[in-house]
Amino acid sequence: MFRQASRLLARTTTSRRSRAFSSDVPATPAQDSNFIESWTKVIPNLDPPKTPSSFMAPRPATPPSIPSKLTVNFVLPYASELSGKEVDMVIVPATTGQMGVLPGHVPTIAELKPGILSVHEGNDVTKYFLSSGFALIHANSVADIIAVEAVPVDHLDPALVQKGLADFTQKLSSASTDLEKAEAQIGVDVHSAMNSAITG
Amino acid sequence: MASNAAVPFWRAAGMTYITYSNICANLVRNCLKEPHKTEALTREKVHFSISKWTDGKPEKPTVRSDSPEE
Repeated sequence: MFRQASRLLARTTTSRRSRAFSSDVPATPAQDSNFIESWTKVIPNLDPPKTPSSFMAPRPATPPSIPSKLTVNFVLPYASELSGKEVDMVIVPATTGQMGVLPGHVPTIAELKPGILSVHEGNDVTKYFLSSGFALIHANSVADIIAVEAVPVDHLDPALVQKGLADFTQKLSSASTDLEKAEAQIGVDVHSAMNSAITG
Repeated sequence: MASNAAVPFWRAAGMTYITYSNICANLVRNCLKEPHKTEALTREKVHFSISKWTDGKPEKPTVRSDSPEE
């Protein structure tokens, strides 16, 4: 049995990865070549019309080696905070805890809880308080972070946060139906997250 | 696959994710400092105009303003 071991070990270390991972993405083409070929066969005189894919910026392909920077797109329903910004690391407040994302992170979809998003670029750290949202990390080291509401931490008013926390804690103890309890619990969670963001 | 997997407390209480997310956003907006708070409250307003169509022509539209759910 052990005579085979060295042969097997040598085989696995020297064999190259011949199949790509299913989460690796190729670059999207800027034009649909099938459509253009079929068009020119049928109507050679007119130029093919532009399809939606030619208006969009092509998706970058999964690079073969880990890139040095992470590209972050941080969007809100009413504004795009960061668009294609190259950073070193972001820390997102996932429901499973603070998650640090570096270039080359495994593709992940994370639901976010109310908390702080920090963007690290060289020695600068920018922090935002997010209300909730999702973080999508792709194989090509692009991270899309979407939130409904995001504010810099110094836009939060500590007095209002304390008052809200006290109100909702009181509502939680006096709530009767499931829905009221859930709403009060949400209030307590969000306000305590804001509280720890201000003080932490 | 467990269909009774641990669900978040708000879903167990019958709330959808979008309601949860909107409640969180409203709570955060209410705790902002003054100039930012008024800007945020204008963002929170949702309004849409509805017009009924009869005989292929739209009637005069009405503007409905949905007050934010709390």
